[in-house]
Amino acid sequence: MTEAILSSVTTVAEKRGNGFWSLAWQRFRDDRVGLVSLVIVAAFLVVVLLSATGLVAGNWNQEVAIHDAPPDLWGLLKPAAPAVVENAMHQEQVTPTAESIEEWKNIEAMLSATVVDPLADTLQALGADHETVAVVKEKRASLPFGGDRWGRDVLSKTIKGSQTSIIVGLSAALLATLLGTVLGALAGYYGGRIDDALNWFYNVFSAIPYLLLILAVAAVLQQRGVTTVILILGLTGWSGVFRLIRAEYIKHRGREYVQAAHAFGVPNRRILFFHILPNVFHVVLVNISILAVGFIKAEVILSYLGFGVKVDEVSWGSMLNDAQGELILGRWWELVAAGGAMALLVTAFSLLTDAMRDAMDPKIQKAS
Amino acid sequence: MVSENASTSPTLFSIERLSVAFLRRRQSPFTAVREVTFTIREDETVALVGESGSGKSVTALAMMGLLPKYNADIASASRVVYQERNLLRNDDEAWRRLRGADMAMIFQEPMTSLNPVFTVGYQMAEVLRLHKGLSAAAAQARCVELLDEVGLPEPRRALARYPSQLSGGQQQRAMIAMALACTPRLLIADEPTTALDVTVQKQIVELLKTLKARHRMSILFISHDLALVGELADRIIVMRRGEIREEGTTETIFSSPRDRYTQALLQCRPRLDEVPSRLPTIDDFMAEVSAEPQKRLESAEPSPTPSSQGERGDSPPLLEVSQLKKSFFKREGLWRRHEIPAVKGASFTLRRGKTLGVVGESGCGKTTLGLTLLRLHRATGGTVRFDGQDVLSLSDEAFMPYRRRMQIVFQNPYASLNPRFTVGQSLLEPILLHRMAVGRSAATTLALDWLQRVGLDREAFDKYPHEFSGGQRQRIALARALTVEPELLVCDEPVSALDVSVQAQILNLLKDLQAQLGVSYLFISHDLAVVRYLCDAVMVMRDGEVVETGDVDSLYRNPQSVYTRQLLEAVPRGRNQGTA
Repeated sequence: MTEAILSSVTTVAEKRGNGFWSLAWQRFRDDRVGLVSLVIVAAFLVVVLLSATGLVAGNWNQEVAIHDAPPDLWGLLKPAAPAVVENAMHQEQVTPTAESIEEWKNIEAMLSATVVDPLADTLQALGADHETVAVVKEKRASLPFGGDRWGRDVLSKTIKGSQTSIIVGLSAALLATLLGTVLGALAGYYGGRIDDALNWFYNVFSAIPYLLLILAVAAVLQQRGVTTVILILGLTGWSGVFRLIRAEYIKHRGREYVQAAHAFGVPNRRILFFHILPNVFHVVLVNISILAVGFIKAEVILSYLGFGVKVDEVSWGSMLNDAQGELILGRWWELVAAGGAMALLVTAFSLLTDAMRDAMDPKIQKAS
Repeated sequence: MVSENASTSPTLFSIERLSVAFLRRRQSPFTAVREVTFTIREDETVALVGESGSGKSVTALAMMGLLPKYNADIASASRVVYQERNLLRNDDEAWRRLRGADMAMIFQEPMTSLNPVFTVGYQMAEVLRLHKGLSAAAAQARCVELLDEVGLPEPRRALARYPSQLSGGQQQRAMIAMALACTPRLLIADEPTTALDVTVQKQIVELLKTLKARHRMSILFISHDLALVGELADRIIVMRRGEIREEGTTETIFSSPRDRYTQALLQCRPRLDEVPSRLPTIDDFMAEVSAEPQKRLESAEPSPTPSSQGERGDSPPLLEVSQLKKSFFKREGLWRRHEIPAVKGASFTLRRGKTLGVVGESGCGKTTLGLTLLRLHRATGGTVRFDGQDVLSLSDEAFMPYRRRMQIVFQNPYASLNPRFTVGQSLLEPILLHRMAVGRSAATTLALDWLQRVGLDREAFDKYPHEFSGGQRQRIALARALTVEPELLVCDEPVSALDVSVQAQILNLLKDLQAQLGVSYLFISHDLAVVRYLCDAVMVMRDGEVVETGDVDSLYRNPQSVYTRQLLEAVPRGRNQGTA
């Protein structure tokens, strides 16, 4: 299907043939690494879309397998754990789970013992319902990517986690690029006092350590979660784009085509965004891509440290955090799943960025 | 200047059947040089002359082994023979030993040929240490000697300077000194004076002649300017589209050129001593030979005979400028500003339907003057009256109608068109902005009409600027400026970036359009011959000041100031084009 999309774009490019974008696309087509990474990134985006609409990995939060189900690529139903685990870990592996189950039961018992609830009957009924479901539902002994401590499917978690990470990365990148581009354009084009003021603003912003800034923003917003992370990353990450775009505008505002537009009395607004912007847009585009990669990593780090998504959400960072404790117990699969997915996306994204940059800059010639 | 023994001395270099093709992606290879054969004798200056794309630089680069390996394909039958060896078989190491020591090259842009982060002395000493194994002190002493020889004042101090601290002419002298460091047998000079002013050009040419005589070396001089080459070459080779059109001694090339293309090249460049009403173009000469028939603009043929000549000086003044000043301010520290005056008070009058030439060397303020007139720079002082109205004091809104009446065409047609706009978009914008036509379809019709009037096809409308050659782009830029029917057109070096043949076409077009539309030109140029051809009056500028103003004929015949005389003398005249 991807082939079909690609070839249809190709024919369009060949028909139009001479605009900047179609020439860039023609160069991009020749870059095999770029094409492969484009397909990988596109695949991730499709998965994110499917997961966001709930078609895939909607049940990531449910207990679908036994606790710590081992990965098995065939995903076959197997008899419960003891048969699989034979080593010294066996005891320890079972104990913490058993303890926690024990604890839960205790808590349940305490609750039912102490609380007098007018709705108790209904709750009982619901509870009974729940129990029947739980009994009917068969827990799987193994999963393709394994299960976590609570018997949740690591594959679903990874998919849901990539939804969070990618949405955060892309939206924050878009926000930062938008800010950086608009401010950079104004500073570079007008120069003078506007430039001074914006530069001052930029210097102040980039002088504050960004982790502190994030803590501050988080404290002000009084909440954690995806939106907060996007806002924090977007508001702190625009400075690089600002510098680049400002430099581009300084370069372009003296160009003769801009002078010619001035000579006709074309309004500044139009020159800024209609004349010059298309000429620097490839810089913007490449920067969105670079920032997205950086922000995906930043989100992972933030969530890993506990500053990121809420406890009831999942991202690659929180998965890595979960996996950290389990690794000592020999349960490697959650770490590998989250780390592998992130490595694949980030690598593909970076290669895609390089390919885009090469395709859009005709001056770069590759020695073959 | 002709070496007596040039025709008899032994061959130094021979280039045999050199063919170079460049590999292109998704396209067949582009043949840049095809079966080129010539020799360079000892103690001889050979000139390779041709327009851009003629393959002259590629030939030189092939001789130096400097063509990019990944896409340049040199045909296997090609040979470059030096000391009975085919250099094209050389490996990198052999090339390295040869370059600098036996052959050296200087380029068009001295600024970009010198490394900006090293001092001139360091870069020169490097050559000597690498090739001659001199000690640092010995290299230093030799550098001083060399810089002295190329006429750089205060050589010791110049050695400690960075390239950006030298002027263009000084940089080129330093480049020549570096090339001479190991006394090469052959010096290849690729358009060494094209980026320089006429007076500096003359000095460099004189320098090359002296050095050649003193060191008995050969020079391969590459240029697009036949007149310039006539001043120093023993033999001239004319190239076009990768092939040699004609080869001969300088005398024969100038006195009796056999090839049509050579004849055309000689004719199509405006001269100081003769002003035709219309310049011949290459196409006039190549009409029978040319494969694709060029579309000449029938509509724009000069139907009205230059009757305007008779009423010279009678037409009312369109533009009256008095004591116009423009300074730039450089910020130093937080508050202080340093004033750099670019135009120090220019006064002149331009009459309707006339052309005023503004002449001067780079940095004289002529471009700043043009931009300040149009309020593209804010004037520091003085008044500009356009059609009686003081336009500098108007508000931006009130000036808007004058933006329509005063337009500009820039020097570099590669930079003056927005690369992301189609030609159509570029033309439609001013038309719609100034309501030259109502509605989009009427505007499109008008734009197409203008394309036709400047000699372009309707198909150009949907294309992007990069699909056109320099001359065609300049036509587009001209059409764009004319869409709003200006009364004044500032032409800022509109033909300087173009080949001579294309230059002739654009100059003819400018003349035709003036005859049709009655538009006045303020023609800014460093080329005195072009100004002579096109203008009615001339203004000479130097260091931001007007040196001399006058009627074109009298000023050229009888220049009043020393500076004007110097400028006129520096213009290359070729062999027999001089003041005979």
